[in-house]
Amino acid sequence: MTDATPSSLHTVGPRPRRRTWAVVGEKALEAVIRASGVSAIFFVLAIFFFVFREAAPFLFSDEFKPFEFLFSTQWYPTSDINVRYGTWALTVGSISVTALAMVLAVPFGLGAAIYISEFSGRRQRETLKITIELLAAIPSVVWGFVGLTVMSKIIVALTGAPVGVNLLNGGVILALMSVPIIVSIGEDALKAVPDSYREAAQALGATRWQIVYRVLLPAAKNGLLAAVLLGVGRAVGETMAVLMATGHAVNLPHSVLDSVRTLTANIAAELGEAPAGSPHYRALFLTGVLLFCITFAVNVTADLAIRGRRRL
Amino acid sequence: MNRHMPRTLPTVLLAGLTAGLGTSLLLSACGGKGPEPAKTTIQVKGSDTMVNVAQAWAEEYKKVEPTVDVEVSGGGSGVGIAALERGTIDIADASRNMKPEEIEQARRNTGKEPMEFIVGFDALAVYVNKDNPLNEITLDQLAQVFAEGGTITKWAQLGTQIPGVSDDTIVRVSRQSSSGTYEFFREHVLAKKDFKLGSRDMNGSKEVVELVGTTKTAIGYSGMGYATPAVKMLRVARMAGGPAVAPTVENTLSKSYPLARSLQVYTLGEPQGAVKKYIDWTMSDAGQNILQDNGYVPIPISSRSR
Repeated sequence: MTDATPSSLHTVGPRPRRRTWAVVGEKALEAVIRASGVSAIFFVLAIFFFVFREAAPFLFSDEFKPFEFLFSTQWYPTSDINVRYGTWALTVGSISVTALAMVLAVPFGLGAAIYISEFSGRRQRETLKITIELLAAIPSVVWGFVGLTVMSKIIVALTGAPVGVNLLNGGVILALMSVPIIVSIGEDALKAVPDSYREAAQALGATRWQIVYRVLLPAAKNGLLAAVLLGVGRAVGETMAVLMATGHAVNLPHSVLDSVRTLTANIAAELGEAPAGSPHYRALFLTGVLLFCITFAVNVTADLAIRGRRRL
Repeated sequence: MNRHMPRTLPTVLLAGLTAGLGTSLLLSACGGKGPEPAKTTIQVKGSDTMVNVAQAWAEEYKKVEPTVDVEVSGGGSGVGIAALERGTIDIADASRNMKPEEIEQARRNTGKEPMEFIVGFDALAVYVNKDNPLNEITLDQLAQVFAEGGTITKWAQLGTQIPGVSDDTIVRVSRQSSSGTYEFFREHVLAKKDFKLGSRDMNGSKEVVELVGTTKTAIGYSGMGYATPAVKMLRVARMAGGPAVAPTVENTLSKSYPLARSLQVYTLGEPQGAVKKYIDWTMSDAGQNILQDNGYVPIPISSRSR
């Protein structure tokens, strides 16, 4: 730009040329950004490929019995006399802990979202949001520690259960971990409802509760559903906290005071010792594939719900 | 519609990231290596039964040999042996013997022969809560409690009644399957049969004792060095009517306690240099005194190194 004199601004001629590095830099930046966008797809596929590749030899071996793998409760990967790989108790463990967590987290999460979005004042809203987001910042191993030491004593004292590390403990801890996600996304969904809806409802004489119940919830239902499903995804995939809080017993639970083991905790606890390439190792990768399928289903459902919300 | 989405979600993520970074910084600050390059590091991994004494050794050894850093981690005998097979550690602690297929795997992976050193003994104690009136148990009863297909599920079947509990179902506390203690118990108590499913599988020796200490109806097994005032060690009889023996140092050395076992360390090939010096030291009087202070049974004077 050194030769750009005021007079040259007015002359019609060749366009002022940008420096080469600016052009190249821009192109390069564009390529980098495109690559990071595409890489997400690449990474998901690569992860699935590698997990599946480790599991595949077991999947196609004689030892693999699909029915036993999915529906037997007998998980004996290191048995001396009769090795059995049944993941049903683990799947039920994962699902029951998640379900309990959602029963606890959804009312609290959505309630908090509604309160923050519709009822609280500006300053209170900011305080609440920061505090709730801080909940999301607590590492999961710390949650597990809270479950193991604090929550288990409370549960024994309140319920008289013989052991404090159980389904209820894991459910409460997971609920606390999913609430921030549900609140954040739920609040966004409620905020996304145009103010004209609220004004119209108010003009018709609706009370605040009627506005929430009759107008906002139906209008934001897709977004709220997405919030809940992302919370579910968080809960299904959580490992460390449930490993410490659920008691780690291969067991079909009959009450919330029974101990369970989840798919994730089982992988975390056993993969370290399973010799690389052994059937046990491959079976653990296959439980990884199973887990992947479960979370994939949850995420796809969440995604469809979000897309439904966009159409709003 | 996404007015607020870009603000809140990243805030959540950012908060999580900050916490994560903070933790890892903190950890790296704690475990940071000294700046002087002359330090030798010995990596030790394995048995949770031995992790207490292994850490005590590592700390004491700093005073003996300040230029050698001994890094100890647990995970279970199986984890230590698996790491030795991959050649990622110098010493594997194990509360059980290496299996023939594991030795074979180590040979195949590294081309070296695993060497075994017995560094002490331990009695595998059977723990119950201190409020449990039961004092002794037979190996057969233990198998009926813990093994798949075993018939004992209530304390009444063992002829005892725990004061102040309504449900006298036995709460079984076991170990995760990578544990040497788990395998030892399976081999010597369950006669290689499998464990009944539904036991609480703890990740460490200490956790077993802790859970038994807080649960009146629990029974569990762990190294005798982990006893606390909240629990009681049962006397164990080989058979009904036989003498019930308490897990003590004398009974372990005389082998009259049925669940006594040796504790060993494994190296790949004949140990050299710093590793050899360290193992020799653990088997010397100084090392064995530390072992004894931690609640294990030392090796006889005659087989110690000077």
